[in-house]
Amino acid sequence: MATTPTLADRGQRLGLRLISKAGGLPVMADPKVRGRVEKILSRGAHSGFKAQVAVGRAFKQSKGNGSAARPGPAKRRGIFDLTPTEDQQMLQSAARELADDVIRPAGAKADADRAVPADVSDAMQEMGLGLVGVPEELGGIAEERSAVAGVLVLEQLARGDMGITVSQMGTAAVATALALYGDAGQQATYLPHFTGDEPVAAAALALQEPQPLFDPFALTTTAVAQGDSLVLNGTKAIVANADRAEIFIVSAMHEGVARLVVVEASTEGVTLEDDPAMGVRAAHTGRVILTDVAVPRANLLGTADDHRDAVRRGRLAWAAAAVGTGQAVLDQVITYAQERKAFGEPIGQRQAVAFMISDIAIELDGLRLAVLKAAARLDSEADPQLIAQSVGEVRALTSTYAAQIGSAAVQLLGGHGFVKEFDNERWYRDLRGAGVLEGTLLV
Amino acid sequence: MIDLEVPRKFRPLVEQARGMAEEVFRPISRKYDLAEHEYPRELDLVSAVIDGMSSSGVGQGAGASSSTRAKDDEHEGEVAAVGSGRKHAATKEVRNGSNLSSVLSILETCRGDVGLTLSIPRQGLGNAAIAAVANDEQKKRYDGKWAAMAITEPDTGSDSGAIRTTAVKDGDEYVLNGEKIFVTAGERAELVVVWATLDKSLGKQAIKSFVVRRDNPGLKLVRLEHKLGIRASDTAAFHLDDCRVPAEDLLGDPEIKIEGGFGGAMQTFDNTRPLVAAMALGLTRASLDTTTELLAKAGVTVDWDRPAYAQSAAAAKLLQMEADYEAAYLLTLRAAWMADNGKPNSMEASMAKAKAGRTCVNVSLACVELAGATGYAERELLEKWARDSKILDIFEGTQQIQLLVVARRLLGMSSSQLK
Repeated sequence: MATTPTLADRGQRLGLRLISKAGGLPVMADPKVRGRVEKILSRGAHSGFKAQVAVGRAFKQSKGNGSAARPGPAKRRGIFDLTPTEDQQMLQSAARELADDVIRPAGAKADADRAVPADVSDAMQEMGLGLVGVPEELGGIAEERSAVAGVLVLEQLARGDMGITVSQMGTAAVATALALYGDAGQQATYLPHFTGDEPVAAAALALQEPQPLFDPFALTTTAVAQGDSLVLNGTKAIVANADRAEIFIVSAMHEGVARLVVVEASTEGVTLEDDPAMGVRAAHTGRVILTDVAVPRANLLGTADDHRDAVRRGRLAWAAAAVGTGQAVLDQVITYAQERKAFGEPIGQRQAVAFMISDIAIELDGLRLAVLKAAARLDSEADPQLIAQSVGEVRALTSTYAAQIGSAAVQLLGGHGFVKEFDNERWYRDLRGAGVLEGTLLV
Repeated sequence: MIDLEVPRKFRPLVEQARGMAEEVFRPISRKYDLAEHEYPRELDLVSAVIDGMSSSGVGQGAGASSSTRAKDDEHEGEVAAVGSGRKHAATKEVRNGSNLSSVLSILETCRGDVGLTLSIPRQGLGNAAIAAVANDEQKKRYDGKWAAMAITEPDTGSDSGAIRTTAVKDGDEYVLNGEKIFVTAGERAELVVVWATLDKSLGKQAIKSFVVRRDNPGLKLVRLEHKLGIRASDTAAFHLDDCRVPAEDLLGDPEIKIEGGFGGAMQTFDNTRPLVAAMALGLTRASLDTTTELLAKAGVTVDWDRPAYAQSAAAAKLLQMEADYEAAYLLTLRAAWMADNGKPNSMEASMAKAKAGRTCVNVSLACVELAGATGYAERELLEKWARDSKILDIFEGTQQIQLLVVARRLLGMSSSQLK
């Protein structure tokens, strides 16, 4: 493809542009901040543009030494504030540039092809944003709990395109889950395959199942203990990059409660089916069918509470993505309503049109603020009940208003919104998914 | 650092306001709903408590709106008067100031009762107007007085730029003539801030606000309205018949400026809209809390982790209403936070008011539905809240006006382009 090198070059230039932009900022005088930025940039230099390893690599079990590394909780100052920290602003602006320059232009084609162009994924890999949930000591870039950083990054990326974001950050979700819930052995066994020179092609956090009224705490997938093994049976649906994933983290009922289990893609009994969906098509979703899949008992990841935490963080991540795509909608319909003329004047001069745009902005900001509050609660390890309620509210807002914003995105353009001339019909399809799908993403 | 919790330093204030709502307002809420136009004597004591709070340095603000006692906040710890509408110059240090504390405390008192909150002496919306546009000398002169706000006229509601009440300079006085309706606390207040035009032909820019003493013989109380809700709060109609007002009682600049004159008066709304949004939040909170209690007795509770569709319809409804409350709450806190930090917040104030206004109506009506006969009967306060709520989507700018303000900002359109 003729466009390939151009896009790849773009990805590299992006890193350089970040240097030129950020290098002059006063905060860069802070050696700590500078060190972290350098780390993001240097990662790209050695990990970008490597050939991808085929699906099914062998993961050499490692015991790890000592205890698992966990990022510490964020300390609150007790002041109401909507300003991200300098570190978070840095990540946010890196993601913003990537979204504008690389992701957004590739969105329509990635949706049609059901694939993220290699140059786009390379550019994203180069930025290292996939390691925003992995602590520094494990080779990532997180200094403390990173839900806030995670939602800020996801919002920006999904403003570019939700499908591409889900595809790329779906893999990041597995790295984040290992960092959050993995024991020392699990972290030592798997995380180097995300942080090292030969990262996995993909990995997937597979919680969703096909049945209607799906409840992530009442699964049909089971994990039954047999000797030193766990035997898994069940079907996971709308799994991002199912065909390329080398590791799955699946949820399954184990001794009566839902738990997370690491399943390597090459394990016997794992079969795949294509599962194309209404939206997030760039993530090339598939079904993962588990038939008497035996994995070591040591592959149980975290506790039942950790599974619950993963469900919440997944919903929050989807909500953050919905905020980003919703912002893309808002920006576009504003311009359209200013320029498109009907009855002799811009359509934005009619209240029937203008009020729809006001409502998009109001519900979008309400959702955005609710997402930030829930993320900040996660990072400061607030009372679990408060976290549960915050995320539950975020989920309800997402399923209601993200779909509504997607609908308005098409409606405001009329027939032009319905055809693929604009991005709007894709936004409509993607935004429906954000309040429906479980797992996949994680902050 | 992103943090959307109630600031630590305001927690005692919120607790006090909540205590007042529960111990004072709730028990007399029904009494004054039934006894419309009767003055709630209990509030004299409340206002003494608020005065005590302010002099003790805890901060004012258990009531509706501010007084003119507001001082510039010298340091961050100080809490100025509620609704004083001060916008602080942007400094590097993030501050939580009087706008945020007002919103938080009004939310709590309105959880008790909106009508009573609006009737707390010396905490009227007129005080917010004075704080927003008066000069220092005027602020001092009106210090400690209860001020109501008179904008609306029989033929002029949302279109406040089209008011017809006139003000004509005569020596050291202005002579006001016209008719004003929907004046909240108009009977009880000591001062009424009246909007009048110096020259109708010059449009909005000629509109000025005048502080009229309630005992001015030219200010005639015509009637008190009988209303759907907030009956504890008096709503007055006035005639201004050659009402003579000393020239020094014109608020702000007496000159007609073609640029921005009306904007000055309208700026009041940037500060009062988050306050009214907070009132709506308080009422919404009350409806939700009572309904949650009633439904729990009926065996329905919300599971925050399970999908809404996998729960009962009533639980799913509660969940969705809590979500809308949260969105409205955070939009309101943001608008106040922006004002505290010197960020222009016109659009955000309207976003908050729009979301909070429609949420409180939707929620209070749905709560009556969920509670059935118990909700509809006067035995509980749910039906009262469902009546009180409607005004909160109307005064300080209707839902539609808020959407208009937001849309004009987003689209960069003037009021002549987007009508």
